Amino acid sequence: MANILPKKIQESMDKQMDAAKLSDSKRKKVSERVFEKYFGMKVHPGECVGIISAESIGEPGTQMTLNTFHFAGVAEMNVTVGLPRLIEILDGRKEISTPTMEIYLIAPYNSGKDIKKIANEIKEVKMKELISEISINIANSSLDVVLDAETLAELEINAKYIVKVLEKRLHGSFKCDTDGEKVITIKLGDKAKDLKQLYRLKESLKAVYVRGVKGISQVLPIKKGEEFIIVTAGSNLKMVLKKEYVDQVRTTTNDIFQIEEVFGIEAARSAIINEAYKVIQEQGLNVDIRHLMLVADTMCVNGKVKGITRYGIIREKTSVLARASFETPLRHIFNAAKQGEEDVLNSVVENVMINQPVPIGTGLPGLITKVK
Amino acid sequence: MEKKPAKHILVPNHTKLSDSEAKQLLEKNNLRREHLPRIFISDPAIKDLDPESGDIIKIERRSPTAGVAHFYRVVSRA
Repeated sequence: MANILPKKIQESMDKQMDAAKLSDSKRKKVSERVFEKYFGMKVHPGECVGIISAESIGEPGTQMTLNTFHFAGVAEMNVTVGLPRLIEILDGRKEISTPTMEIYLIAPYNSGKDIKKIANEIKEVKMKELISEISINIANSSLDVVLDAETLAELEINAKYIVKVLEKRLHGSFKCDTDGEKVITIKLGDKAKDLKQLYRLKESLKAVYVRGVKGISQVLPIKKGEEFIIVTAGSNLKMVLKKEYVDQVRTTTNDIFQIEEVFGIEAARSAIINEAYKVIQEQGLNVDIRHLMLVADTMCVNGKVKGITRYGIIREKTSVLARASFETPLRHIFNAAKQGEEDVLNSVVENVMINQPVPIGTGLPGLITKVK
Repeated sequence: MEKKPAKHILVPNHTKLSDSEAKQLLEKNNLRREHLPRIFISDPAIKDLDPESGDIIKIERRSPTAGVAHFYRVVSRA
């Protein structure tokens, strides 16, 4: 058998042997011994790694619950951590409770000079934030909008820009005008005659999108090591990556489905591992990363991220009994009966249920001998 | 010539196996194509490889435990 060691072990072994200045014959001996050890440590065929992973993640999970609420709130922004976050990741939830991004910037922009300006450019701005007063002028049949000068100055938006945006967003059915400073008057256009429309507009105006990346509700520039990065609440990886000053290589989000969409299934797998491992480390717990890798691999095996739920990977199981043993047993059995499904009893759970040897460990003699 | 954008840290190297390489892999491990994990034909990471259904994609993952780990996925249509 070829003595091939994983790259990492090989490298660290070479390094130590170089440091000790071993002769070639001794090197060979060391290699052999290391390989022997490594081979002995390998997981055996038929080992029930899934159960081991489940227990290894589950047991620290019981300690996590208590710690959950005390550590909520990282860097002035509220981020879900602890058990709720872990459940969110492993269930493969599409809507996570606190999406955040870490936006890295490329060279000239990351020095922190215009960081506030860049951050404000990314933040989604809606009319609601810019309006200080809004009233209907019945005599003129117009809507008078008073803008908040302070916010305007802070975000470096002027009234003229808003007028332009509004005309575009309202599809020309209204006429907008400004006195140049802070008052915008919106009049009914030629097509619209009904005064009721003004009342409706008064409400809908607040939700009009003005500028920035949709979905990013908060921005916070922080210093990380030598450079400045922007941490956000809300996530929109696709649009953020389109900005020319954003680092395409390191910018990430905690929304696994956005990563899957933009970078593909393999990136999603890495993201699941990173996110889950981060949760466990934050709690000061120690879970071997291999367990999380196994979970992530299972979630991504079909080319799409699937959670460990009865709608996700459990649904993919071929055995009726195995599916029924997870959740909602009656429904699975009824449906199987209706459709005349067959169970060939290939896997573990169904064999446990009917008291037969399970195909793990010594239950797999077919691996080394011929069985009839 | 347009500069190719740098790859994201989360995206490992994807390469398409040639027919002979694919055959060798399957024979060596006593596998059939349907045993392999899947990757969608529309996956953004293999966009440039112009994949076809049934191709095998080799993925060189950076692994925290092994340094580099090779993984294979078969291209599947939706």
